[in-house]
Amino acid sequence: MKTKADIVIIGAGISGCSIAYNLAKRGAKNIVVIEKSFICSGSTGACGAGFRMQWGTEMNCRMSKFSTEFFENANDILEYDGDIELRQSGYLMIANTEKELAQFKKNIEVQHACGIPSRMVSLDEAKEIVPHLNTDILSGAAYCGKDGFLNPHKTTDAYYKAAKRLGVEFYTYTEVTGIRVENGRIMGVETNKGNIETRIVVNAANGWAQGLAKLVGVELPLYSERHQILVTEPVEPMQDPMVMAFNLNLYVQQTPHGSFIMGRSDAGEPRDLRITSSWHFLEEMAKTIDKVLPAIGKLRVVRQWAGLYNMSPDRQPIYDKVDGIEGFYVACGFSGHGFMFGPVTGTVMAEMILGLEPTIDASRLRLSRFAEGNLFTEPSVV
Amino acid sequence: MDENTIICRCSDVTLKEIRELISQGYVTYDEIKRLTRIGMGPCQGKTCGQLVLREIAAATGQSIADLSFHNIRPPVVGVKLHLIAEEAEKHED
Ligand SMILES: Cc1cc2nc3c(=O)[nH]c(=O)nc-3n(C[C@H](O)[C@H](O)[C@H](O)COP(=O)(O)OP(=O)(O)OC[C@H]3O[C@@H](n4cnc5c(N)ncnc54)[C@H](O)[C@@H]3O)c2cc1C
Ligand code: FES
Repeated sequence: MKTKADIVIIGAGISGCSIAYNLAKRGAKNIVVIEKSFICSGSTGACGAGFRMQWGTEMNCRMSKFSTEFFENANDILEYDGDIELRQSGYLMIANTEKELAQFKKNIEVQHACGIPSRMVSLDEAKEIVPHLNTDILSGAAYCGKDGFLNPHKTTDAYYKAAKRLGVEFYTYTEVTGIRVENGRIMGVETNKGNIETRIVVNAANGWAQGLAKLVGVELPLYSERHQILVTEPVEPMQDPMVMAFNLNLYVQQTPHGSFIMGRSDAGEPRDLRITSSWHFLEEMAKTIDKVLPAIGKLRVVRQWAGLYNMSPDRQPIYDKVDGIEGFYVACGFSGHGFMFGPVTGTVMAEMILGLEPTIDASRLRLSRFAEGNLFTEPSVV
Repeated sequence: MDENTIICRCSDVTLKEIRELISQGYVTYDEIKRLTRIGMGPCQGKTCGQLVLREIAAATGQSIADLSFHNIRPPVVGVKLHLIAEEAEKHED
């Protein structure tokens, strides 16, 4: 292991790998990524794999459009020897109240101003897109055919391999146990395998980010929460888009391999780092799917798992450097949508660290917005 | 064994793919599973799991007993979702 680095990134999920790649691509040298388990072992590897441009704020629309355009060309840009398995088979957002439907209409105006090809669809059309949808309980829907999903393991692997080719070093099964600060500036990190001197640390540890920040006396306004997901037996292709509902609380997609993956939020989840699976989730999920998409209810569950959402007060990430500790950067608080923002995370953080002109203005996502009471509330999150 | 032998019938993965990943440094069951979908099929690795562990053991010189297999998570048997929903609703009445 190196004993000196210019930049140390903690965490090798989509965020850490994308930040490492983007830094190296812009010419930064001597970059080390430290991962306590294997690459993509955290939330990224447990996630629902979806990406969408159907957001309710201009900032999220712009960021998700940037990510989508990157994903469309990622195999080439990252010169990946595998395939990230991008499928732009759409997101169908369903509403079961007039209030939610009105919100969809507002969102679409914002999306159109950003050049996103989304539209409202009638219930008849929704049923044409997803024939097994129970439209009797719905009030309307919105659709964007450029949304979709891609393989999180492969996407992270593509960033990881590209970063490695550019000289980034990855230390897996190595845990950061301490961060050294002297006179208000970062001096190094301590790990269970030795120490590394560095002036720059990037905290991309997601569920563990607030714990790491506490090591240097920084309180990030974040908590972690378990989110569960399940997968069914594979069947013939029958559903193209992801079906997503905020009020009915559900997202479900059919993977290219034929199995259905589905999840929902649970208000009663413990706020800690547990990721065990619960019977309660299975029951609630089963009831929801049986009501909304009854044909999927006929399928057998083969596996259920969970990962962490790293929640911020306004359900938006934090991209910033920490005041008072020179050289300490954070990219966390993704609140359940950090996979699809991976390309933005890498770009914004690399440009911030290297002092380059920002491609995307993400100043709204600064850490101080919480203290300022200047929250950035996105209406459309599960 | 012929390299084109399918090791995981549920997810259609060949011995060659497994050996390639191992040679690239992916030497834990979890990593190989996530990159190939091996062990994620309806049988949940009952058929292929041991074969993959054997390949890892052979390549790394570890004994199979020392390698970790994936977590067995609920539900262990394939239950239909609507039956779970019906049961849950019964208990609410
Ligand atoms: C069930 C579920 C479904 C989801 N669905 C979607 C979706 O459809 N679309 C979407 O965009 N997002 C989704 N998300 C959210 C998404 O998974 C996360 O926001 C995203 O993966 C965060 O990426 P990351 O790289 O920041 O974190 P992670 O992938 O969690 O990576 C952080 C890494 O840091 C490592 N680490 C932590 N502490 C230390 C330490 N002390 N030393 C060394 N390493 C350390 C961890 O081992 C981990 O690998 C979902 C999340 C869950 C749980
Ligand atoms: S044979 Fe591999 S999961 Fe069934």
